[in-house]
Amino acid sequence: MSEAPAGIEVGSVGFSGPDASGHFGPYGGVFVGETLIAAVEELALVYQDLSGNQDFWSEYDDELRHYVGRPSPLYFAERLTEAAGGARIYLKREDLNHTGAHKVNNTIGQALLAKHMGKSRIIAETGAGQHGVASATVAARLGLECHVYMGAEDIIRQAPNVYRMKLLGANVVSVESGSRTLKDAMNEALRDWATNVDNTYYIIGTVAGPHPYPQLVRDFQCIIGRETKQQSLETFGKLPDALVACVGGGSNAIGLFHPFLEDKQVAMFGVEAGGKGLETGAHAAPLSAGTPGVLHGNRTYLMTDGGGQIQETHSVSAGLDYPGVGPEHAWLKDLKRVNYVAATDSEAMDAFHKLTRLEGIIPALETSHAVAYAMDLARSMDADQTIVINLSGRGDKDIETVARLEGMKL
Amino acid sequence: MSRISAIASKRIQQEKKLLIPYLVAGDPDLPTTLALMQELVQQGADIIELGIPFSDPASDGPVIQRGVERALDGGTTLRDTLALVVQFRQGDTETGIVLMGYLNPIEIMGYENFAASAAAAGVDGVLVVDMPPAESTELHRRLADADIDTIYLVAPTTSADRAKDIAEACTGYLYYVSLKGVTGAAITDHEAIRESIESMRQLTDLPVVVGFGIKDNESALAMASVSDGIIIGSALVEQIAQLSGGDLEKPELPQCCAVIGEARSAIDSL
Repeated sequence: MSEAPAGIEVGSVGFSGPDASGHFGPYGGVFVGETLIAAVEELALVYQDLSGNQDFWSEYDDELRHYVGRPSPLYFAERLTEAAGGARIYLKREDLNHTGAHKVNNTIGQALLAKHMGKSRIIAETGAGQHGVASATVAARLGLECHVYMGAEDIIRQAPNVYRMKLLGANVVSVESGSRTLKDAMNEALRDWATNVDNTYYIIGTVAGPHPYPQLVRDFQCIIGRETKQQSLETFGKLPDALVACVGGGSNAIGLFHPFLEDKQVAMFGVEAGGKGLETGAHAAPLSAGTPGVLHGNRTYLMTDGGGQIQETHSVSAGLDYPGVGPEHAWLKDLKRVNYVAATDSEAMDAFHKLTRLEGIIPALETSHAVAYAMDLARSMDADQTIVINLSGRGDKDIETVARLEGMKL
Repeated sequence: MSRISAIASKRIQQEKKLLIPYLVAGDPDLPTTLALMQELVQQGADIIELGIPFSDPASDGPVIQRGVERALDGGTTLRDTLALVVQFRQGDTETGIVLMGYLNPIEIMGYENFAASAAAAGVDGVLVVDMPPAESTELHRRLADADIDTIYLVAPTTSADRAKDIAEACTGYLYYVSLKGVTGAAITDHEAIRESIESMRQLTDLPVVVGFGIKDNESALAMASVSDGIIIGSALVEQIAQLSGGDLEKPELPQCCAVIGEARSAIDSL
């Protein structure tokens, strides 16, 4: 891309959210213990001050270009398009980023922010390990001390990523509380932050958490949508008719969608993890089948029982296995700007194989949910229309899971 | 005057300190929690903070987390917690009851329903750990309409301006968090706490009580000597973890609550 994406006006990137107190309509906000209030308020102020700070945003752009390898291509998936039989399907290749997913767009931005704030120690939570690896990577790159909280269950399920983080010099802390998965890792990271608030920066991996996290993670991920917009105009001379992305916490989806929110002709589809089917209750689809509530610093749609306890979730993809979702998605759902739908485990597995065989691209299981929905969507559209799927991550990390589910041992 | 204010005034008049134990409703089961609450009163508790179990207690340390997990294993809900207060009130109209917990169970029950149910049960105050004043306008109003105090925390990281706003919003007592961290961690800087509480006193006439990290007579004395009272949570919940549950005639209840009785003796010597 010839034009640098430098110097976005923080908070002015359209669709008017969040407001000054961090709310997207009724969602978002700052719901944390008093000990952390000063830290999130400081972060919000520092981040606001960075608006238009050319030095900071130039450094960020430079890292994206030379370290992450951006811009990522917008690729026409010709055989996938033929197989679906309808609209032309393009893939935004976030899987080609350094570390293999969109996560690094955010971690590099937040690590620079940590450095800018003079914090020497970073912490992160991780489920599948992708955000943990992306955090450990940028910590190594910038010479920061890094501690990654990970549920004890996930540590067993994701051993290669645990080792990867250790190779990168991070300390992986096993979380034994609660359901011993991603949400508990996030609780533990919040506890660490409250304890070490003076020297510690918490890199949240998705567009959730207390304000300003949903905003700043979104802003760092918006590079995806800005590039897509420009590449669409260059490649097929108009904006796409539809955008499709998977939604766990929702950072890759908001990164693709946000720069298009004002473009009313562009339809948007966020695909949640339908697990064994929404009707079974064994899923991770709070927007499709949850209720508004408060968790991890923000008000949003959650999977919660009638007594307000957070429910355990199920998805074949660990990266979507979270009971909440970013508050901006909750708002966009209520505003009906984005359609939130779900794909089941088996639909995602089918799509995983299709994309692998048809295009020679092994997608992450998270991403496979978007591919599954997009193929159905394409079939319902005309051949002169276009869909862009955010190919948010590569699937090398998932091959053991896929093999196991299909009864093979590697 | 609210029950909490009356209790505090009486203690201040007597030149005594408030003693506020914390335990989790339903840990290890609801009948035992009721018996424990009664025993805590016997051993000198003025007010009891009753924890509402929540699956994701992000401000709590490991001891209280495990207490919450025990309560959730038994299926304890916010409704059960309110029913427990009803039962307690049948035998005790003197002791203050403050519900302490996280927002989501209250949000799901609905603010109006919660405030009405809590008032009917005989709850005196509510402290929602993850609901700072800026987010609490509606719940605070509902609670005030039901004559229930809304208690807020002030932490070592709270700025002076913010502390002023919190002190103005707060009713019942002001809860000073003694440390940067989670419940049950160790208090390190007594002098800084004394200075902070002195500055709180310039901001409010409310009683200022100290919690997080009081685990023995020494820390109880140190914190009570600079404040109007102390909250003891993890040290009690650690004892409750030893209980077997189920048997109401437990001889071990007095022993379990002895940490509170000893704290009473210690701070009464001030």
